[in-house]
Amino acid sequence: MKHEIVEKNIGLMIVFIILVISGGFLAEVLPLFFLKEVNEPIEGLEPISALELEGRDIYIREGCHVCHTQQIRPFRAETERYGHYSVAGEFVYERPFLWGSKRTGPDLARVGGRYSDAWQRQHLMDPRSVVPESNMPAFPWLFDTLVNHKGTAAKLSTLQTLGVPYTDEQIASAADELEGKFEIEALVAYLQQLGTVLSDKR
Amino acid sequence: MSTFWSIWVTVIVLGTVFGCWWLLLATRKSQVSDSETERTTGHSFDGIEEYDNPLPKWWFYLYVATCIFALGYLALYPGLGNFKGLLGWTAVNQWEAEVASADEKYGEIYAQYGQTPVIELAKDEDALKIGQRLFANNCAVCHGSAARGQVGFPNLTDDDWLWGGTPDAILETLRNGRMGNMPAKGVMPNMNAAQVDQVVNHVLSFSGREKDAAAAEAGEAVFAQACAACHGADGKGMQALGAPNLTDNIWLYGSNYEWIKETVLHGRQNEMPAQSGRLSSDQIQILAAYVYSLSN
Repeated sequence: MKHEIVEKNIGLMIVFIILVISGGFLAEVLPLFFLKEVNEPIEGLEPISALELEGRDIYIREGCHVCHTQQIRPFRAETERYGHYSVAGEFVYERPFLWGSKRTGPDLARVGGRYSDAWQRQHLMDPRSVVPESNMPAFPWLFDTLVNHKGTAAKLSTLQTLGVPYTDEQIASAADELEGKFEIEALVAYLQQLGTVLSDKR
Repeated sequence: MSTFWSIWVTVIVLGTVFGCWWLLLATRKSQVSDSETERTTGHSFDGIEEYDNPLPKWWFYLYVATCIFALGYLALYPGLGNFKGLLGWTAVNQWEAEVASADEKYGEIYAQYGQTPVIELAKDEDALKIGQRLFANNCAVCHGSAARGQVGFPNLTDDDWLWGGTPDAILETLRNGRMGNMPAKGVMPNMNAAQVDQVVNHVLSFSGREKDAAAAEAGEAVFAQACAACHGADGKGMQALGAPNLTDNIWLYGSNYEWIKETVLHGRQNEMPAQSGRLSSDQIQILAAYVYSLSN
């Protein structure tokens, strides 16, 4: 075959280009949709509550995932510091996942229960009052803004459609649960449940 | 992975490698030699023509080498569906090997420290060095890197203890954590504004700082009713309940009138998280020795 044949037949070249760039997707991504390990929740995993879900959206809104990852890699240095390495089954209800790609601050995959609620609140109000070396920004507005729960039920039912096992009662009571809650309460509730399902942290 | 997907992946991966190889050889055939020739591709743009020379040899063989490398890699490591690779490598067994080799190196040292009583361990310089590192990693975030605490997080360097400073009490605190809970207005929910003022003055009077002596005196009765159950009639606290000693002028929260009033009005909730799931019992033993050494 002469290379002119490919170079001068743009249709043929398009076919080759599509073949080349879809190879990685077809071999590395597509089979995962059907793989048990990534589709089945680990034992004890429950969908997060309405309050925690709103906390998660605040986490996304404030860009926490830009500086904090949520995945512990299987290296001793990481498991000694953060706990058990992350497994795929922990993330089956995560949409979108918040694994992140850069650690300016520490990994938060198993931060749940690591510090007290009071510490989390103090730290979000003024990080340097508890960790003088920190360069994390403060988030004081979370303390005087009420959670906007107009869309909460819709979020839950969308997730239900996507296969997260929320019950209809949970969706119906979502807005009432969030009535009068401040954003800080939602965010702290979200943080305090992170990574707590895998109980063996070592 | 099911057999279907295993074959699917294998076919695509090997197909890609051999496909590259085929493309490389097939397009090379039509070209005559490696040396520069006068042959051109035959098209011309504004009088500019393009030579039709094959790839330089070294470049061509580099391509071939990457294909060979890919085959070697796929033979050794998992890449072809369910085939595990000749080395049997997985991310998890690499981690297990790493942990096992660290255990071999440090396990004995830790085990030995884990057996040593806290008081004795607190005199061992090497153990304290490990303790300091463990403290910096796990405790300093709340108690501060110098262990002097913050508002709401106890100072560990003084000899005042909320839950007791004996080795056993420190070990218990580390292992299972502590939940501190002072109810709003103590056990006297109907305390009125004047009584709040009196009891705050009474608390201040324990360290001789009352604003209003008469109110402080009147506060004694309120204190006896609302606070004494936990803090004791003399205000010296009760370590079994984590109730602070109010007479030593060491304060977990602020020490002025406004702060104490806030504490009385709204109560305080505090928590030391349990560490036994996060740290090994040997590490907890070393940390207890480090904390004990700070004030002894």
